[in-house]
Amino acid sequence: MRILYFAWLRERLNRGEEEVSPPSEVATVADLIDWLAASDEAFALAVEKRSLIKAAVDAKLVAHTAPIAGAKVVALFPPMTGG
Amino acid sequence: MEVRVSPEPFDPGAETNAFLAAIKGAGAAVTFTGVVRSKPDDPITALTLECYPELAINQLAAIVEQASTRFGLLAATVIHRYGTLGPGEPIVQVMTLSPHREAAFKGAEFLMDYLKTDAPFWKRETGPAGTHWVEANAEDDVAKARWE
Repeated sequence: MRILYFAWLRERLNRGEEEVSPPSEVATVADLIDWLAASDEAFALAVEKRSLIKAAVDAKLVAHTAPIAGAKVVALFPPMTGG
Repeated sequence: MEVRVSPEPFDPGAETNAFLAAIKGAGAAVTFTGVVRSKPDDPITALTLECYPELAINQLAAIVEQASTRFGLLAATVIHRYGTLGPGEPIVQVMTLSPHREAAFKGAEFLMDYLKTDAPFWKRETGPAGTHWVEANAEDDVAKARWE
């Protein structure tokens, strides 16, 4: 599974994307964030305020409760500031 | 219905003329152009927009679809740039077409209010004091919520 990071989250993590293989009990976006945070202190700090982290699964905007089973690309990013 | 997301500059006047040329049986067209702001007391030299194009196209298409159904628009176009822009350069253009003006105005406003919070662009300002990410504005959430 490919993870994409954008904006200040990308900068704080010092990478725009990575390849990960979470175990099957990592079922939702929220689980994935917790799982990534557990093994990476910089990640844990960057996503400390979970309400500031938005997510998309396969280029569809989703809530943290959304399932990630079968997902190819999960994107994590701060609140959007376009327009 | 059209959605375009690109790092290339666009010409707001030419886009408007092309949009108007397609009018058939409509009575009202509204065009909104958002440009890079640089305040005299807090100037910026550049605005960089980061983008997730795949998601942006999906999100904008969904927002345009929603606006068209809700306001009965005959046509709607959203153009959004990303990359590095200078003060005064156009960032976004929203155009709506409808039989009467109210739907065209409301449709354009709805599109802007939704895309501010729901389209994956992130602004970074560069000025004399350095560079920083623009924080999401709570007023934008309020502007969007009034349509719910």
